[in-house]
Amino acid sequence: MTAHHDVLLVGGGGAGLRAAIAIAETNPSLRIAIISKVYPMRSHTVSAEGGAAGVIRGDDTLDEHAYDTISGGDWLSDQDAVEAFVREAPQELLRLEHWGCPWSREPDGGVGVRPFGGMKKMRTWFAADKTGFHMLHTLFQTSLKYSSIERYDEWFVTTLLEDDGRVQGVVAIDLMSGRIETITAHAVILCTGGCGRVFPFTTNASIKTGDGMALAYRAGAPLKDMEFVQYHPTGLPFTGILITEAARSEGGYLINKDGYRYLQDYNLGKPEPKPVFRSMELGPRDRLSQAFVKELQKGRTTETEHGPVVHLDLRHLGERTIESKIPFVRELCLKYQNIDPVKDLIPVRPVVHYMMGGVHTDANGATPLAGLYAAGEVACVSINGANRLGSNSLPELLVFGARAGRAAAEHASSMAAKGPGAAVLARGKDEELRLGQQFTRANGHRERLATVRDEMQKAMEDSAGIYRSGQSLQRGVDTLRELRERFSSIAIDDRSLTFNTERIAALELSFMLDVADAIVGSALAREESRGAHQRTDYPTRDDQRYLAHSLVRRAPDGSSRVEYLPVTITRWPPAERVYGR
Amino acid sequence: MADRITMQVARYRPEIESDATFQDYEVPCPRDWVILDGLNYVKDRLDGTLSYRWSCRMGICGSCGMTVNGEPKLTCATFLADYAPGPVRVEPLRNFPVIRDLVVEIGDFMRKLVKVKPWIIRDEGDVRPLSQGEYRQTPAELQDYKQFSMCINCMLCYAACPIYGLDPKFIGPAAIALAQRYNLDSRDHGARERMEILSEHAGIWGCTFVGECTKVCPKNVDPAGAIQRYKLSAAVESLKAFFMPRGA
Repeated sequence: MTAHHDVLLVGGGGAGLRAAIAIAETNPSLRIAIISKVYPMRSHTVSAEGGAAGVIRGDDTLDEHAYDTISGGDWLSDQDAVEAFVREAPQELLRLEHWGCPWSREPDGGVGVRPFGGMKKMRTWFAADKTGFHMLHTLFQTSLKYSSIERYDEWFVTTLLEDDGRVQGVVAIDLMSGRIETITAHAVILCTGGCGRVFPFTTNASIKTGDGMALAYRAGAPLKDMEFVQYHPTGLPFTGILITEAARSEGGYLINKDGYRYLQDYNLGKPEPKPVFRSMELGPRDRLSQAFVKELQKGRTTETEHGPVVHLDLRHLGERTIESKIPFVRELCLKYQNIDPVKDLIPVRPVVHYMMGGVHTDANGATPLAGLYAAGEVACVSINGANRLGSNSLPELLVFGARAGRAAAEHASSMAAKGPGAAVLARGKDEELRLGQQFTRANGHRERLATVRDEMQKAMEDSAGIYRSGQSLQRGVDTLRELRERFSSIAIDDRSLTFNTERIAALELSFMLDVADAIVGSALAREESRGAHQRTDYPTRDDQRYLAHSLVRRAPDGSSRVEYLPVTITRWPPAERVYGR
Repeated sequence: MADRITMQVARYRPEIESDATFQDYEVPCPRDWVILDGLNYVKDRLDGTLSYRWSCRMGICGSCGMTVNGEPKLTCATFLADYAPGPVRVEPLRNFPVIRDLVVEIGDFMRKLVKVKPWIIRDEGDVRPLSQGEYRQTPAELQDYKQFSMCINCMLCYAACPIYGLDPKFIGPAAIALAQRYNLDSRDHGARERMEILSEHAGIWGCTFVGECTKVCPKNVDPAGAIQRYKLSAAVESLKAFFMPRGA
């Protein structure tokens, strides 16, 4: 079967919904469809907690937001993109206010803002500490009023259909029926989010398997800056549940096993009773996660049954502040850790949280493949450089979701007369057959899916963790090669067409293996330390060789090749990153 | 505490079975495991054919609602050890058609959601341009509707609702709570429009404030309170309409 739309969105989270609305408003006659492997309100945007940055107060400027973002990214951000981002972020956040987002308020009814890590001014808008949840539901509910937006809820995209250098659709499986369908379009926008699940310990939901990254990579689009993986410094042990940075911006302390605010030993400033911008607990995430590893090496962390931890101390904030500003932190601690932050210390350790890298796009979300766009965490524009600042990802998905939507709408409008080529339909048919055969073939294979996945995750942590080396990364490359071979003999026990989650998990694992390979390959090639990419064998930043984005491309024979693209510098020449001084 | 527990899991594969059956699985039961960890253990180690939905594992995405020992629960927020020594019985949410194993069909709710117009409606000619900044809303005005904005669409209230169980046309607790979320928002002018839609639907007058929906809500939303408030304002509104027809 074949369906046709003008623009297809793969993924229905914050970026996908914002893009869909932008398309509907740009050209109401375009037929839009969102394909998502979960109902849109289940998307992982829902888990974002702390807030969304956008300059709003009189004492703040766009240039300061740009500088914080660029220095936070260790000068790997494209500064023209950052300038566009900081300019449009406040408009986008305001638009969400007009659509009903329940932003927390000042007594006079204006929108409230809070400090955040690496930010020099208060500019983080928040809806208590469920900001992503409220943004997602506001976007989803608002999207329901546009009749031109159709949805394929719980459909899984297996491949992009490309011909003549143009992406013209996808093949997807309907989870409920198992039906496989070719869906063509003039433009496809990838909004599938990140890939935290390639690591064993992550804040990311189970659905974050790098689908869009792998789809683009396989179609021949390059992935950019994949070596930059963000560890958030404060995850709950065992579950990996995130304790928001807002806990520190409201005044929380990070202490080691001696009750000592250890960040003062890592060039992050002096401990003060109240939070200080760009200092100590409000330093950037890469530096805080690295400080944890140093504390561990010095024997100053606390051992638990789920590994070493430090503690987050919120006790001095008092119940009222905790309840009004960060109630979800308390709810999560009580529910999952059986502790009350009003009177107990919260055990925390660094946890994989976000991909700075992703599908290479320009500032309008366009990839090098005509007709293919990407926005949100799946994409790398790049505004986040080598380390994203907390509260920049939510406005990023709005700004670049809207930009990608408008660009794709324009492209689709210009293509209106063209139908999908015969070659594309044939490729769709091939993929449908391939999936069908793969599934019905009684394979007699023995390898357990979960075993391969667990070993991949372990290989990633061992080889490409907070600190990496040429040696560890080479081992990662080798292990992943072996795992890709073993993947070809995994057993699928479930032969049902109806809601077959084992089949989907196998497709996801094959995506993750490709994405893992791109991460490790890019990390091995970059022989310097910058932001979240710390090489013990190359411990300093090297602007001579690496003031550049990595672009990893996959050759038809399956091998990958890394090239570099210079960073765009407009007004902020590379300098030392200074925190706490 | 027992170190293992038996999970009795409802199985239903429409191609194989015409009725649901139960399958027993023995899983570890450490203190910090939730029901969902037990199901993931089954899926990864014992039986790859078990189907269920889950995603965030932190009680915010709303995917993993199931019936645990007869009660609707978010399985990521319900500890296995609380059911020791077991067995613990896990079934799909009630009041919904079952697609497969623990997966239910929620298309009915998704269609009802659109009907209550869950978006900001402004009077014509009264839309603020972005250049004029935000709509002012005091913390007290925010408080008026905040509670109803916390719904994660997990469907536990529909599974617990005796009215929805008898009459699937009933628009249901979460959808009404969401309508109230917008009706009570100081930025919204759509209450009357939503009232007309809600009044058309049978069922709401049948809700006798049983309050099961509020009891099972994992996010303290109080849909039962929303329904009572709605009934009251609907009654007032219909009186008003009687004396003062619309447009007058």
